[in-house]
Amino acid sequence: MNILVCLKQTFDTEERIAIEDGQISEEGVEFVVNPYDEYAVEEAIRLRDEHGGEVTVITIGPERAEQALRTAMAMGADKGIIVDDEDLESPDENSIAKILASVIGDLEYDIILGGYMAVDDGSAQVGPRLAELLEIPHIATITKLTIDGDRVEVEKDVEGDIEYIESKLPILVTAQQGLNEPRYPSLPGIMKAKKKPLERMDIDDLDIDEDELEGRTETLETYLPPAKEAGKILEGDLDVQAKELVKLLRSEAKVI
Amino acid sequence: MSKNVLVLADVRDGELRNVTLECLAAGTTAAEGGTVTVAVFGSKGNDMVEKLSHYGADQVLLVTNSELDQYTTDGYFQAFKAVIEKVNPEVILTGHTAVGRDVSPRIAARFDIGMVSDCTAVDLTEGRLVFTRPIYAGKAFVKKSFKEGTVLATLRPNNIPAMEADTSRSATAEELSVDLPADSIRTLVKELVRKASDGVDLSEARVIVSGGRGVKSADGFKPLQELADVLGAAVGASRGACDAEYCDYALQIGQTGKVVTPDLYIACGISGAIQHLAGMSNSKVIVAINKDPEASIFSVADYGIVGDLFEVVPMLTEEFKKLLAEG
Repeated sequence: MNILVCLKQTFDTEERIAIEDGQISEEGVEFVVNPYDEYAVEEAIRLRDEHGGEVTVITIGPERAEQALRTAMAMGADKGIIVDDEDLESPDENSIAKILASVIGDLEYDIILGGYMAVDDGSAQVGPRLAELLEIPHIATITKLTIDGDRVEVEKDVEGDIEYIESKLPILVTAQQGLNEPRYPSLPGIMKAKKKPLERMDIDDLDIDEDELEGRTETLETYLPPAKEAGKILEGDLDVQAKELVKLLRSEAKVI
Repeated sequence: MSKNVLVLADVRDGELRNVTLECLAAGTTAAEGGTVTVAVFGSKGNDMVEKLSHYGADQVLLVTNSELDQYTTDGYFQAFKAVIEKVNPEVILTGHTAVGRDVSPRIAARFDIGMVSDCTAVDLTEGRLVFTRPIYAGKAFVKKSFKEGTVLATLRPNNIPAMEADTSRSATAEELSVDLPADSIRTLVKELVRKASDGVDLSEARVIVSGGRGVKSADGFKPLQELADVLGAAVGASRGACDAEYCDYALQIGQTGKVVTPDLYIACGISGAIQHLAGMSNSKVIVAINKDPEASIFSVADYGIVGDLFEVVPMLTEEFKKLLAEG
């Protein structure tokens, strides 16, 4: 089985955000594999171990994004492709989906996995966009995946409810939290990952018109929300505080 | 310059979701006097025409195929595409919900247009539509606009106020026939199991009672659920509580998990890790209950009680009961 995983390198979720010259500052930031993509990598490795075949991890990003691919390879992915995005001017989801479609168009695949969203931009667009460009079905936010021949069975999280869905390969699925428990890369895994094949590509290597890749949207402004001021810590016996709080929520905050 | 606006209604369990009314408010802003059309998919659409008109719809397009009563990506995609081709809108809006965020990116890819997801505000600034959306789960925000072409955006529930219902308004309703052959729907929904059984959806809840590691066990969520029942609230959780298996991941609020913006967020036994704060700190009013006075949740709380949640929460439940009984 040929298994592809699209992943993104993102800020660690514990990072605070700072803005410098109108942009999100990357200074001193710890980068990780987008947590939702990590579920996709884990699921891909399990599929490969069950059905045989190969896991290829693909990312688009600057030089540092190679580390995310190496992490996925240390977990067990077989090889990687990185597309350098430095020549891209103000890319958006249109750009990313088209680059992935262009790279994947030349590959053989049975299933494509990715996280349902990235914890940075959080737009949840690239998976479904990519499936449409490749003319294959997709199922988003899955929490369970079973493949038997070309039959695909998934459990999909629908805002807390579960849909049991059947489909066929080839398909694209996006991972929701709860799909699995991603493994930590082992030390031998990390050593091996350094030698696994990694293909580097530039936008120029793709058979696609650069105008096609231009962002259809633009960012006018990036800013931090106003800092929240610490509020009132109530005092006195707990039962008195409880009474006071309920009163304040009605009369002062007016939310009850 | 007036614009032609299309809103895709979000129907869950045969009921119109509030986010559709919120899209109508944003759509009315965007239309600048132009026509606001709402598309409703499924056999119950006819029942919704009146309500939609009161909240701003000028025209309602019904695609009544019973195949659309259950959401499938391909079914909705084909109906959505047919509606867009008929209405030829300049602006398309829908909810950033399980439906909206699933079908809209495919539409964007098919029509080769931009899309802005999960918007919390839509403004008209010097004739340009500007969309505000959180990034990094609300640790920062961006304002986005479209360079050219059709505007497509999904709006986060519970952020843009719906307009007051105007019962004097009426809308024209028209059926649009869309052929949905069985083999064009490539994903088959065999069964739907309700897990969000308490009925209040986290993303649309006005009040959320949320528990962290401090609840100590699955049973520890019981007093939180009792408080939630009194308030008509949804129950949420921190990653700590989910990782410790006190509750299902579906309840998780944070940078991984759900981002919520209720009117009232009651955090019980939650320390306030930055990844949790990202998911809830834009709530309108935050109450924190924690034994540790140094817990960082207090830094974002409007009101704090330092104490054991197992003592405080039942007291609050009683006090709210009394208050709500008074009316």
